[in-house]
Amino acid sequence: MAERIVYLDNAATTRLDERVLEAMRPYFFDVYAVATSQFGYSPGLDARDALDDARTRIAAALGAAPEEFVFTSGSTESSNMALKGVAMALGEKKGKHIIVSKIEDFPVLNSARALEKQGFRVTYLDVDEHGRVDLEQLRDAITPETILVSVQAANQEIGTLQDVAAIGQICREKGVLFHTDATHSFPRVPLDVREVPVDLVTVTAHLIHGPKGVGGLYVRSHTPLVKWMDGGFQEFNLRAGTENIPGAVGFAKAVELVTPEETARLQEMRDRLIERLLQIPHSRLNGHPTLRLPHNANVSFRFVEGESILLHLDMRGFAVSTGSACFSRSLEASHVILGIGGDHERAHGSVRFTFGRFNRDEDVDTVAQAVAEVVARLREISPLGKE
Amino acid sequence: MPLPYTETVMEHFRHPRNVGRIEDADAKAVEGSPACGDMVAVYLKVDPKDLRITDIKFESYGCASNIATGSIITEMAKGKTLDEAKRITWKQASETLGGLPPIKVHCSILAVDGLRAAIENYEERHGLVKERKPTTVEFVRKRLKRVMNPMTGLDVVRTKLVKEVEVTDGTVRVVLDLPEDHQFAAAIREDIVEKLEPRWDVERVIVEFTE
Repeated sequence: MAERIVYLDNAATTRLDERVLEAMRPYFFDVYAVATSQFGYSPGLDARDALDDARTRIAAALGAAPEEFVFTSGSTESSNMALKGVAMALGEKKGKHIIVSKIEDFPVLNSARALEKQGFRVTYLDVDEHGRVDLEQLRDAITPETILVSVQAANQEIGTLQDVAAIGQICREKGVLFHTDATHSFPRVPLDVREVPVDLVTVTAHLIHGPKGVGGLYVRSHTPLVKWMDGGFQEFNLRAGTENIPGAVGFAKAVELVTPEETARLQEMRDRLIERLLQIPHSRLNGHPTLRLPHNANVSFRFVEGESILLHLDMRGFAVSTGSACFSRSLEASHVILGIGGDHERAHGSVRFTFGRFNRDEDVDTVAQAVAEVVARLREISPLGKE
Repeated sequence: MPLPYTETVMEHFRHPRNVGRIEDADAKAVEGSPACGDMVAVYLKVDPKDLRITDIKFESYGCASNIATGSIITEMAKGKTLDEAKRITWKQASETLGGLPPIKVHCSILAVDGLRAAIENYEERHGLVKERKPTTVEFVRKRLKRVMNPMTGLDVVRTKLVKEVEVTDGTVRVVLDLPEDHQFAAAIREDIVEKLEPRWDVERVIVEFTE
């Protein structure tokens, strides 16, 4: 076995930062009370303070007021809450039409499909070869019945960034609510709700070395949203359930630890890796060459299959991900690669590399070298590309 | 071992046996399609006296279970007569590998199909097809189920690309619901011709496109 796993799947989840754990620790053992009302006992008031403080800090990273930020169990819940909450609030009152991009991640995509089954009409916006939404198509798709547009801030697989400011502007002009899934970009790619006309933003902690099981939803004041999980009156009566205070504190700490300097370091590694991988014959970059997540590289290698690449890299101590049908639980090729006009072959040989805080600069060279060897080895076995 | 594959599968994946091509092969077959997903090519050298497989090689464009099954099945077939080799089943291959994940049946069965198709290819080329069943429209349709539609990863029959099939005096005519300048038109045509031309009673295969 390799001594150290070079983990390059930071878009799946990340290793917790010890400093986050330290920040959380007191809220497991000392201040473990529930966050009570202002009339409660003192441990509860301490818990309340911690929760408020965490909320204030995360909201600030979005340019939002604390009362506009709701803690959830993660991105999946946040996006469900946004789509289904708006659908419940406006479906009968205004209309039953929702617009999403066709390369959204599953929380948004499957929430839209679930609403479709309940009688909503959903438009799935096309994307160009780089994965960018066509703004004119969006403008044309909005009807008087449209209640919500949901377009991600950054793509989970190919890392392409959308022009959320322009999308938000169109939605604002047309009087339609706009939700963006910023799971993969927050807070590395700045998004300020004072500048971008967005009404709902999904964020999560575990992709920035925070804990799993905590995320949040920014909800602009006065956004019509029906609470869809019944229970207590927590989180401004929008999200029931005993607050996850250690999680909230950990999330705030994780946000604080993301710095522009660190993001620049990841971007530098990303750029070097892309350059190295594109030197391999018959390889091509998936996603936008510049408008992409600072820590994401996604490359397709022809004539070879992703799961085979992944397993060979695993044996050499590297953890990566692939869009190959053979690797997915559903045996379906990546809807993102197909969405940008790629065929099954391109999805089949696509490999995603995502950097995080604990990657070292030398990881770029070692993984690039390993990929070159593995791809060459598999091409020897392949019946294709030998002419 | 957290992987869903057995040690034997991983061993064959890591060090596949009988990999490569045989340039002067007596028979060959390709199953699957490059643009759709997994693909296997099988090459045979056969001793014409006792119809024994003297050499066999395979190439794989596929995942670990595809590569491992190609490796094991070529090992199992080497030295066997065509009749014996034909009877090797996916189940036997899978058992020899210590089991394959159920979800990977599709990828691994392709290697077994590849071996059988290569044997059929030999028999058809050497006039060994005993029953000499005539090539009917029904037969053609059945065989077209082995031709993949790269746009979906499913076969051309299931995805309703096959519009018409006609068999007259040794000529097979297949009409596809696809424009001729479609990016996959040439690849699909080639695949169809390769699957039907070796038939003993087929002289010509014509693939036509709509539009």
